[in-house]
Amino acid sequence: MKVIICIGSSCHLKGSRQVVEKLQALVKENHLEDKVELGGTFCMGDCVNGVNVTVDGEKHSVSPDTTEEFFQKEILAKVQ
Amino acid sequence: MRKFDTKIQYLKYKVLREVARYGFEDNLDAAYYEIPKLIVKEKPTMRCCIYKERAIVEERIKLAMGGDKKNPNVIEVIEIACDECPVSGHVVTESCRGCLAHRCEDVCRRGAITFDEQQKAHIDKSKCVECGQCAKVCPYSAIINQKRPCEKACKIKAISMSSEEHRAAHIDNEKCISCGACVYQCPFGAIVDKSFILDAVNLIKGSHENQDYKVYAVVAPSVSSQFSYAKLGQVITGIQRLGFYHVIEAALGADMVAYKEAAELAEKGFLTSSCCPAFVSYIKKNFPTMVDKISHNLSPAAEIGRYIKETTPGAKVVFIGPCTAKKMEFKEGEPASRYIDCTLTFEELQALFDSRNIDLTTLEEGVLDNASYYGRIFARSGGLSDAVVEALKEQNNEDFKLNAIACDGIEACKAALLRASKNVLPNNFIEGMACTGGCIGGAGCLTHGEKNKADVDKYGKQAMEKTILDAISVTDVGPEAE
Repeated sequence: MKVIICIGSSCHLKGSRQVVEKLQALVKENHLEDKVELGGTFCMGDCVNGVNVTVDGEKHSVSPDTTEEFFQKEILAKVQ
Repeated sequence: MRKFDTKIQYLKYKVLREVARYGFEDNLDAAYYEIPKLIVKEKPTMRCCIYKERAIVEERIKLAMGGDKKNPNVIEVIEIACDECPVSGHVVTESCRGCLAHRCEDVCRRGAITFDEQQKAHIDKSKCVECGQCAKVCPYSAIINQKRPCEKACKIKAISMSSEEHRAAHIDNEKCISCGACVYQCPFGAIVDKSFILDAVNLIKGSHENQDYKVYAVVAPSVSSQFSYAKLGQVITGIQRLGFYHVIEAALGADMVAYKEAAELAEKGFLTSSCCPAFVSYIKKNFPTMVDKISHNLSPAAEIGRYIKETTPGAKVVFIGPCTAKKMEFKEGEPASRYIDCTLTFEELQALFDSRNIDLTTLEEGVLDNASYYGRIFARSGGLSDAVVEALKEQNNEDFKLNAIACDGIEACKAALLRASKNVLPNNFIEGMACTGGCIGGAGCLTHGEKNKADVDKYGKQAMEKTILDAISVTDVGPEAE
């Protein structure tokens, strides 16, 4: 599973660093390093809905506060 | 508020703007014919006649379109624009009052000064060594040094008169480091940096609105001291209006470089910085034995370019900064050319805006926030050293004691390199910036002023991320981390 987090300026200001750090920690906690590949990219062209995160190409709107919930629903539930 | 320092910059800009406009409109065949008449109207305003003015504009068009392909340097002389300024050195002017003290004679160790019946001084050029002592002691400042502004600007002595018969300025490519000091200083605008503005236009057009590939603009932190007539956020929006997909701070590349450079320094014990391409070129040309001391890191622009290309396959990267030497770094090939597709200056960016009739002051403000304070202050002398101090701290490296010397301008670089090459430099890190003040003094800046350093520091403090690690942590997730 490929998870790409937008690290463009707009998403960065909305907390993409915190989203990246939380996802990294959650992937590690759940021992998903082999199954989930995290990546960054500059801008997904949808700044108003940032922080934008794609899971295998499907775009989601995430914030630092909803990262955990997003992880459970879109990553953990689907990867296994 | 002023857009340029001098009328020469304004003239150069007008040509760049029109060339870009003709490029965007696919009308370059007409450019040589139409632009000279567009810029030089019925009456001469600068030279002897409109025909000479138009001939010079034609030369400027040539440079705006990439210049002489056979000349490897990015800095070129427009011979017909060179006023062939006098090169007589120290001369006694009309201001000599024929005084009785004759301090000039006393101070001259070569006996080069004689006096006529009116007690007026004369300099015997066969004896004079141009030391300038006579000029210093004359109570009337009657002795001046007639030196060409280009030669005066070129601290590494790469410019001279071609020959007695052929008096136009000549650049020795073996010595030139493409810093652009002469470009900015020539009062006749006869020395110009080649432009790759059409490459940028073609990259934008060829992307078909970023559908075929994405075109990224990487902007140097010195942008904070530029475009002072608008807000930085408006500049960002303007760049996007030009057709760039996204704007990224080169300062994030600087954060990445600072972090790696600190580790490399601690490991090797002595380093020179690698982010100023003119400084790196100067070492290669003048201190070949020091080449292995140059940090192996990419320059910040190339570093961030690499990250963009690794995370976005097919992406094109255009660097926009204050620097003419950056054009040379890119043109010389690997490694910079692998990560950067085109290099522009702020002058050229202004020309691009106006070629598309983009008025920055009317735009909404976009955002630009990728880097930390430390990455952003790379734009001014001393900033890189501060960033390395911080990086060592963040790496919890307490054993390595940094003793940096921040060399402001190429003369200071030369002095430090000379001492280092003889093992008598007490410092273990040389921060080399060829331009005085650092990048904010670059020849590709629109304006240069006292406030620039304060502008950079202010911009640095506005960064959301306060540490280098926080800024670069988002880049940890890319393929590079593996």
